Amino acid sequence: MMDVAVRAEGLVKRYGAVTALDHLDLEVPVGGILGLLGPNGAGKTTAVRILTTLLVPDEGRAVVAGYDVATHPDEVRARIGLSGQYAAVDQDLTGRENLVMVGRLSRLGRRGAQRRAVELLERFDLVDAADRPVKGYSGGMRRRLDLAGALVTTPPVLFLDEPTTGLDPRSRLGMWDVIRELTAAGTTLLLTTQYLEEADQLARDVLVIDDGRAIARGTPDELKTMVGGERVELVVRERALIGRAQTVLARFAIDDVRTDEQTGMVSAAVHGGSATLTQVIDALDQDGVAVGEVGLRRATLDEVFLTLTGAPADARDADAGVEVGA
Amino acid sequence: MNRLAWALHDGHVIALRNMILIRRVPEVLVGVLVAPVMFVLLFAYVFGGSIDTGGVDYREFLIAGIFAQTVVFGATFTGAGLAQDVQKGIIDRFRSLPMARSAVLVGRTASDVVYNVLTVFIMSLTGLAVGWRIRSSMLEALGGFLLLLVFAYGFSWVMAYVGLLVPKPEVVNNASFIVIFPATFIANTFVPSENLPGVLRTFAEWNPVSAVTQAARVAFGNVPPDMPVPDVWSLRHPVAYTLIWVALLLIVFVPLSVRQFQRAALR
Ligand SMILES: Nc1ncnc2c1ncn2[C@@H]1O[C@H](COP(=O)(O)OP(=O)(O)OP(=O)(O)O)[C@@H](O)[C@H]1O
Ligand SMILES: [Mg+2]
Repeated sequence: MMDVAVRAEGLVKRYGAVTALDHLDLEVPVGGILGLLGPNGAGKTTAVRILTTLLVPDEGRAVVAGYDVATHPDEVRARIGLSGQYAAVDQDLTGRENLVMVGRLSRLGRRGAQRRAVELLERFDLVDAADRPVKGYSGGMRRRLDLAGALVTTPPVLFLDEPTTGLDPRSRLGMWDVIRELTAAGTTLLLTTQYLEEADQLARDVLVIDDGRAIARGTPDELKTMVGGERVELVVRERALIGRAQTVLARFAIDDVRTDEQTGMVSAAVHGGSATLTQVIDALDQDGVAVGEVGLRRATLDEVFLTLTGAPADARDADAGVEVGA
Repeated sequence: MNRLAWALHDGHVIALRNMILIRRVPEVLVGVLVAPVMFVLLFAYVFGGSIDTGGVDYREFLIAGIFAQTVVFGATFTGAGLAQDVQKGIIDRFRSLPMARSAVLVGRTASDVVYNVLTVFIMSLTGLAVGWRIRSSMLEALGGFLLLLVFAYGFSWVMAYVGLLVPKPEVVNNASFIVIFPATFIANTFVPSENLPGVLRTFAEWNPVSAVTQAARVAFGNVPPDMPVPDVWSLRHPVAYTLIWVALLLIVFVPLSVRQFQRAALR
């Protein structure tokens, strides 16, 4: 029991006709890193809010850091850190005031709270902005301040809801570094994301959810293999040679080879990464197929959905009329 | 520390945060302080001469009523503040911390006391400028001010509940007027309660706003000797009656509001 930091069993949450969570089970071992992957409206935020005691499920139970969220919310709150999808910071306070307030409410005492605020401001590169109201912060700064707020008490279990959505590439990498540091230090992490790449970079285990249901789980590698992992994509110069390119590619493909007569695009899922790519190029060369662009592409979330559900995430999203949760 | 001590500690931290917000957005303060000045001037000059209180200086009679009315109105501010609080992003941070569930409410009602102190102070200055005088001792007058503030505090929990009950902050004002207008007008605030007809008179006599007004009048020495105090317990013992009401309001509305706060935050 104690080697499991987060365990949810049969979580159900309904909003009127919408079932945000439909019997979701999940588990994160102590020190583990679970990536909750899913498109808009999948139920990621709902799951995080239930696990962090902010929302009461209609059915099911959850145990976090050894305590039931329904019966012992205060014990859970004392052991978790949460950085939600929308930064939970006070716009009119400065960054420092925000952190000191959280510190004092976490019962660190005035001195303790101030000391901790200074440490966190330094760590999250907010020293220059520390005494400006948060109103004037950029999205990335807000996000970092919010994460700092979640770390005031150095909680053993951390929940991050889409920590890098809306960040520019540099800030995203910075956030990844911070998250890696935390997990290297042994923090248990549950993180949600819409990007397979992010789950790949950060998580040890991934749970793909859609419409409130778990549709796949495994390590990032297992998942990528499941959806065809990497794809070789190439554009044939002469349309007449598409058939021949297809035959060549079929020798390397794990799955069906896809072709697009219009654009001359031929693609297939492969194993072996760039080594395979080189072999494909050589083989095409030997068969005299001249190609324009050629490259290796990682599976995207869309392809995960295509494979797992048989429809692109976006299309199904629109069909169901799913809105972005508040 | 025990639970109560922590609740006060956490409420204090939130109150400090609200005080910072007051300093950072001083426009709010201006609004809060201009209204009382206007109230005093309006009532003193518009009604001051036209209502017959039986040979008594009406302005003198009026001032305690205006004070009472204004601090009761001020409670709307508490409701509106809380309705906004629960919609702010920071509420998720508060709710994910192991802090007292009452903290946001305790903090809000406490920091609103500061508004009321300022309000009463400004009104007193304005009152003095238009001819109001304290005809008792300074100590008695302070007791009167204190009772007004204590009553305002108790009443602010009613508005806290109303503020959390309504679905949107914009609705708070309308919703609270339904409570506040009868409470402040069917009372002895602006006319002696015996001038009111039948049922209204009974309501006015037992209305706690009348009691706190009466108590303040007595404390300021503004009760004229030729105006008999109605022979009802509430107005014969206005201080005790007011305090009983404050206790009742707190006993009922503190738990109600804390529960409603949980619900409102879950929305
Ligand atoms: N307060 C609410 N009222 C009504 N419906 C809600 C509410 N919160 C969430 N939902 C619905 O529940 C479903 C799941 O929402 P949730 O916010 O958990 O998704 P998500 O995976 O976090 O999506 P996103 O990637 O857009 O953040 C959605 O269909 C959403 O519309
Ligand atoms: Mg979300």
